[in-house]
Amino acid sequence: MDVFHLLWLVPAFPLAGFLILALFGLRLHSRAIAWIGTGSIGLSAILTLWIGVHFLTQPPANYQYSLTLWTWFDINGFAPGIALYLDPLSLVYIFVITFVSFFIHLYSTAFMRSNEGYVRFFAYMNLFVFSMLVLVLANNLLLLYLGWEGVGLCSFLLIGFWYRDEVNGYAARKAFIVTRIGDTAFIIGLFLLVKQFHTLNIQDILQQAPVVWSAGATAVVWVTILLLGGAVGKSAQLPLQTWLPDAMAGPTPVSALIHAATMVTAGVYLIARTHVLYSLAPAVQLLVAIIGLLTLLIAGFSALAQHDLKRILAYSTISQIGYMFLALGVGAWTAAIFHFMIHAFFKALLFLAAGAVIMAMEEEHDIFKMGGLRKKMPVTFWTFLVGSGALAAIPLITAGFYSKDLILFDAFASTQGSFWLWLGGFVGAFITVLYTFRMVFVTFYGEQKKPITHNPEEEKAMMIPLVVLAVLSVIGGWIELPHAWAHFTPFSDFLTHVLPPTNLKPDMESQEFMLQLLTAVIVFAGIYLSWLAYVKKPALSASWKNTSLGRACHDFFYKGWMFDQLYDKLFVKPVVWISRIDPHDFIDYIYEGFGRLNVLIHAGFSRTQSGYVRWYLLCIAIGILFIFSLILFV
Amino acid sequence: MISVPVSVQLLLPSVLFLIGLLGVLIRRNVIFMLMAMEIMLNAAGLVFIIGSSLWKQADGQVMVIFILAMAAAEVAVGLALILQVFQMHKTVDVDQLQELKDERERG
Repeated sequence: MDVFHLLWLVPAFPLAGFLILALFGLRLHSRAIAWIGTGSIGLSAILTLWIGVHFLTQPPANYQYSLTLWTWFDINGFAPGIALYLDPLSLVYIFVITFVSFFIHLYSTAFMRSNEGYVRFFAYMNLFVFSMLVLVLANNLLLLYLGWEGVGLCSFLLIGFWYRDEVNGYAARKAFIVTRIGDTAFIIGLFLLVKQFHTLNIQDILQQAPVVWSAGATAVVWVTILLLGGAVGKSAQLPLQTWLPDAMAGPTPVSALIHAATMVTAGVYLIARTHVLYSLAPAVQLLVAIIGLLTLLIAGFSALAQHDLKRILAYSTISQIGYMFLALGVGAWTAAIFHFMIHAFFKALLFLAAGAVIMAMEEEHDIFKMGGLRKKMPVTFWTFLVGSGALAAIPLITAGFYSKDLILFDAFASTQGSFWLWLGGFVGAFITVLYTFRMVFVTFYGEQKKPITHNPEEEKAMMIPLVVLAVLSVIGGWIELPHAWAHFTPFSDFLTHVLPPTNLKPDMESQEFMLQLLTAVIVFAGIYLSWLAYVKKPALSASWKNTSLGRACHDFFYKGWMFDQLYDKLFVKPVVWISRIDPHDFIDYIYEGFGRLNVLIHAGFSRTQSGYVRWYLLCIAIGILFIFSLILFV
Repeated sequence: MISVPVSVQLLLPSVLFLIGLLGVLIRRNVIFMLMAMEIMLNAAGLVFIIGSSLWKQADGQVMVIFILAMAAAEVAVGLALILQVFQMHKTVDVDQLQELKDERERG
C-alpha cells in the first residue's frame, strides 16, 4: 500500500483540530480541549514519521512525490492546484514542524492552564500548524503564499493573545505590518514569475528558469530580490528584524513554536526552495550572505545587552537565522537546512525552559532579578544548559557545534565564500557564547533573589518536552559529521536529491580542523569570560558598564542598534504628520464628490414622479420618439 | 385597380395613432383613455394589414385577428378595473388617482 497517498492527512489533522476547537470549543471541558489540540498534532507527527520511514526505505521515483487534491481555480490556463509536494526538503520541514509542535502543545497544556482563552489558544495554535504545513508542502507558490499569510495571521493573533494589555496589541500590529512589507515584495515577485512562466508550480519554474534566463539576467535579479524581501520580513532579518523582539509579548509556547522553531525559518525554506533562481543571480545570493552576516552580528550585540530573558532569546533567534542566511548565501544549502533543524530543537527547548523559569518567578522577565535557580529547578537548569551549549556550539557534545561549524567552514571554503564572511561568522560565534552564558550564569547561578511560589517542575507535561528536546539537541548533530574526521553525512546526502551540494574551493578540507580548533578555543574563552564577569567577579561587568563608553554601548545595544527609533523617525513620524495636517484626506473629496453628484441626480429624477399618469405617458411617448429618431436619423 | 403608394397607405394608420395618442394624453376620463388606446391598437393592426398586402403574406392578417382577440380580452379586464376604481374612489378622473405616489418626495 502506498502510504504517500495519506500525505494530505498531515495538514488535515491540525485543520480538523482547529475546526472542532473553533466551532465547539466553548462547550468542551479543558481536558478535552488539551486532548484535541495536542492529539491532532500528535497524529500528524506519527503519520509524518510513518511517511518518513517509507520515504527513506522505499523512496518514490526521483525522491519526489506529488499529490494533487483538486484544482484551486483555472483562469485561461493558469491553474494553481491544491497540491502537495513531498521531497527530502519538505520532509525535513514537516518532520521538525510536527514533532516540535507536538512537544510545545504538550507543554502548553500545563503552561496555559490558568489562562482564560485556553480553547482560543489551542485553536490558533492548530491553525498555525496547519498553515505552516501547507506552506512547506505546497507544490506551487500561490498555495505557499496562502500558508505564508496563514502563519502570519496566526502569529498576529497569538502575539496579541493577551489582548487586554494594549502593549501586546501594539506588538501584534507591529509584527503584522512589518512582515507585510516583505509580503508585498513577495507577491510582486510572484506576479513577475507568472508573467514569465504562466505558472506558479515550483518545479516547473525551477526547470524552465535556467532555459529562459541567462545568469544575472535583469528579470531573475528582480524576482530573487523580491522573494528575498518576503524572506527577510518573515525571518526577521535586516532591515525588517525589528518586529521579532516585540513579538515576545505573546505566550512563551508561541515564542517557542512560531518565533523560534518554525515560522521565522519560512524565509530560509523559501530561498532553499527556489535555490535555482538564486544560483542564476549570484549578486543577489551574495546579498543574502551579507544580510545574514550583518544580521547575525547586529542581533548578537543586541542580545548581549538585554535584561529580558525572552528578548535575549529573540535576538539570539534573529542571529541564528542570520547564520542560516549566511549559509544560503554561500551556496551551503544543506548546511542551512541542517542548522534550521538543530536550531528548532535547541531554541524551542530554550524558550520552553525560559517559560518554566518565568512561570516560577511569577511573570518576572528580568534575568537580574532571578538568580540562583540551579538548585531549585534542576530539570529546567540542566535542559537549559544543554540548549545553551547547543546555542553556543560547545564542541563535540552538542548538535549546535556540528551545524554551526559546517556553516562557518562553508562560509570560508565554499567557492562563494570568503575569509571576511568567515571572520564575521566567527566573531558572531564568540558573541553568541558570551550572551548565552551571561544568560545562564545570571539566571541560574549566584544568590536567589526571589522565592519560587509555584514550581513548574512538578508539571510532568512541561518537563517531558524539555527532556526530549534536550536529547534531540545533543544527538541531532550526529547525523552530519564534519568532513575533516569522517565521511558520515547522511543528512546532506539525503538533501542532495533536492539541493545541490556545496562547491568547495580546492584543498580546503585540510584547513577545517584548524577552523574547528579556533572555534573551540573561542567557545571556551567566551564561557570563561562570562563566568568571570557574572559569577566570579560580578563587579567587573558592573564597573565596565558604568564607564561612559560602556553605558553608551549598552544603551545602543539595548535598544537594538536604535532601529526602532530610526524607523520611527523615518517612517512613522512622517505618516503621523501627514495624517495630522490632512485629517480629511483630499482623495476622499473625489469619492465624496461622486456621492454628492448621485444624490443630486437622484433628487432631479425624483421630481419627475408627480403622480399624474398622463405625465408619465407623455414621458413614455417622448422617449419612444427619441429612440425612433435615433434609429432613423443617426 | 388603382394602386396607392405605400407611403400614402401608411398615412391613415399614422393619423389614427396620433389621434389615439393625443386622446390618451389629453383626456382625463379613464374610459375615454381606454377608448383612445383602442384606436392606437387598431392603427397598429392597420399597419399589419398594409404590410400583409405589400408582401403578399397572410401573416399580417393573422396578427390582426390576434390583436382583435387580445383587445377584446383587454377591454373586459380594463372595464372591470375601471368599475372597481370608480367604486373605491367615486371618480374616473385619472389625475385624482395618485395613491401610488411617494408622499415624501412631494415637498
